Amino acid sequence: MTHKKAMLIDISLCVGCNACQAGCKGENGLPPDEEKYLSLTAYTALTKYNDLYVRRMCQHCDVPTCVSVCPVGALTKSAAGPVSYDGEKCIGCRYCLQACPFHVPKYEWSSTKPSIRKCKFCPTRIAKGLPTACAEACPTGATIFGDRDELLAEAARRIQAEPGKYITRIYGEQDVGGTSMLYLSPVPFEQLGFDPRLGKTPMPMLTMSALSKVPNVLSVGGVLLAGIWWITNRRTEVQAHESALKQGKAHAQEDEA
Amino acid sequence: MRILRLPRLTGWRPIATTLILAGLLAAVARFTLGLGATTNLNDEFPWGLWIGFDFLGIGLAASGFTIVAAVHLFHAEEYEPIVRPAILTAFIGYLLVVLVLIIDLGRPDHFWHPLVMWNPHSVMCEISWCLMLYTTVLSLEFAPIILEKFHIHAPIKWIHAVSLPFMIFGVLLSTLHQSSFGSLYLIVPNRLHALWYTPLLPILFFISCIASGLSMIILESLIFSRSGRPFLPTRLRANLAKAVALALAVYFVVRIQDLLSRSGFRDMTTLTYYSAAFWAELLIGFVIPFGMLLFEKVRISPSGLYSASLMVVLGFAFNRMNTAITGLEHYPSQTYFPSIIEIFIMLGITACGFCAFSFIAGRLAIFPAGESAGSHHHEAQGGLQDPLPRPPECEDPRPSQADALSRAQHYGG
Repeated sequence: MTHKKAMLIDISLCVGCNACQAGCKGENGLPPDEEKYLSLTAYTALTKYNDLYVRRMCQHCDVPTCVSVCPVGALTKSAAGPVSYDGEKCIGCRYCLQACPFHVPKYEWSSTKPSIRKCKFCPTRIAKGLPTACAEACPTGATIFGDRDELLAEAARRIQAEPGKYITRIYGEQDVGGTSMLYLSPVPFEQLGFDPRLGKTPMPMLTMSALSKVPNVLSVGGVLLAGIWWITNRRTEVQAHESALKQGKAHAQEDEA
Repeated sequence: MRILRLPRLTGWRPIATTLILAGLLAAVARFTLGLGATTNLNDEFPWGLWIGFDFLGIGLAASGFTIVAAVHLFHAEEYEPIVRPAILTAFIGYLLVVLVLIIDLGRPDHFWHPLVMWNPHSVMCEISWCLMLYTTVLSLEFAPIILEKFHIHAPIKWIHAVSLPFMIFGVLLSTLHQSSFGSLYLIVPNRLHALWYTPLLPILFFISCIASGLSMIILESLIFSRSGRPFLPTRLRANLAKAVALALAVYFVVRIQDLLSRSGFRDMTTLTYYSAAFWAELLIGFVIPFGMLLFEKVRISPSGLYSASLMVVLGFAFNRMNTAITGLEHYPSQTYFPSIIEIFIMLGITACGFCAFSFIAGRLAIFPAGESAGSHHHEAQGGLQDPLPRPPECEDPRPSQADALSRAQHYGG
């Protein structure tokens, strides 16, 4: 069985050196200039909040919103963790951009054959048993790579060891159904640009509550409509028959007379 | 041809031609330069005017399934005269929406992928399937109108033989995708403003499309009655207006009750960019027309009914655009306004729709009484103002009992 991989990002250890971005750019063959925001050429970026740095990148959710909304299944979630993208399938509807709760996918707007771009979670490195490029590049251990279970245990251990240093929450453990990126923070996550409105329910559940009714609408609706048709049709037939009978009687009376 | 004067706009033809040409140029630009250079869409605002237009087109074409259900499934046969205009409206509406969707896709060359690559968890996938299947059903419902023009009767018989299950299927498909357009936004509770986001979005979308679809058919019947040949008696039109009023009332109650239950009172009563848009939509499209339609006087007066229906359609447009655009903006830091190319493509396609409608209505037997296009050629010479004597067969378009019976047998197979 494949172990689910993850990364633990300890915000208190990050010094903002941007080595993760440089490592990522090297691995993905992207232009090496430093970037402050996620873009087509930056799959990870650091956002500064006072003296804290927060890494932004694809969270590789356990129940990914993007995977659920893609009409053609161009986005897929693998057992090892990565959410990967197949540009050959993509029709360019951009529902993933609209739906991603973390605003991650970026679109090649200037291309006439556009694709989306985002962090790939180094699937080829993972397959070879190597850590992700950003984790390897991190000099302080703020980003470490490993099995998700082990990293969760490690995070819990750190919180327990230094209760004053961290708030007692591992972001990503359960948020939007759990993610592959786990964060530890010395301050509440709401102060670091994490959206407080995202709950623990995976976003795709919101859609499934509506989509799961489709078979019911089809079957119950079909029977109902056919039934109404039959009843109203019968009424018309009976009316026609009765008026024909009346006419028949009238004719018969005329004949008798 | 009288029908060609539909929008009663002086110089409609040059305007339409200009719009269509401008739209074509804009489309060429969009395909050669890509979406980034030609639209105001970006990573933060990936859907814009075109998606709003799709909602609008589909919603206004809702008359297709409501009228077919009423007449052919529920046997409200007195509404027979509006079946064909309703089907034509729906057919054109759907074709245009599919066209806009393809223009909107980043990879239009991959538009057929949803046919072979399924993702049952995706609302978008469900919508593309419903759109494809329902457009097929509409073309089957529309085919007899073309075939009879060319006196090809054998296929009409086949179509009639299978029409009942197809009509039922069409109504179900419409129910599904009309509501699914609302379901598209269920997954963005953190983005869509609370005045529009609700788990009831699919239900609200469905109720409002019934009101707007029926209003659209009322408008059409009024516009085409102008020449003095009403194709729908005043009483029946007034009944349709009652149905619209009912849908508006249900919508309003469900919407407000839902907002209040999810503590939206503050959002509603504080004056913001959003609440202004919210009230504009609700007043123009729902409250005022509902108030107007309560009066019998309005329901039987062409001008009163005209303005009420127009307001419903406008308010509906407002509602869909608010859901697709306003509710997703972060005013004032991040807003969206469509580019000139987006606007031209939309206007060009709308003009195509109007032209297609009047072209087809002028050549095929869309409106009752079955006159061919040639018969009112000279009528067109006369001014619109002087009322023409009504042909006697138009006075009561209700089919006779015998007609009803034969039709019932037709559809019964």
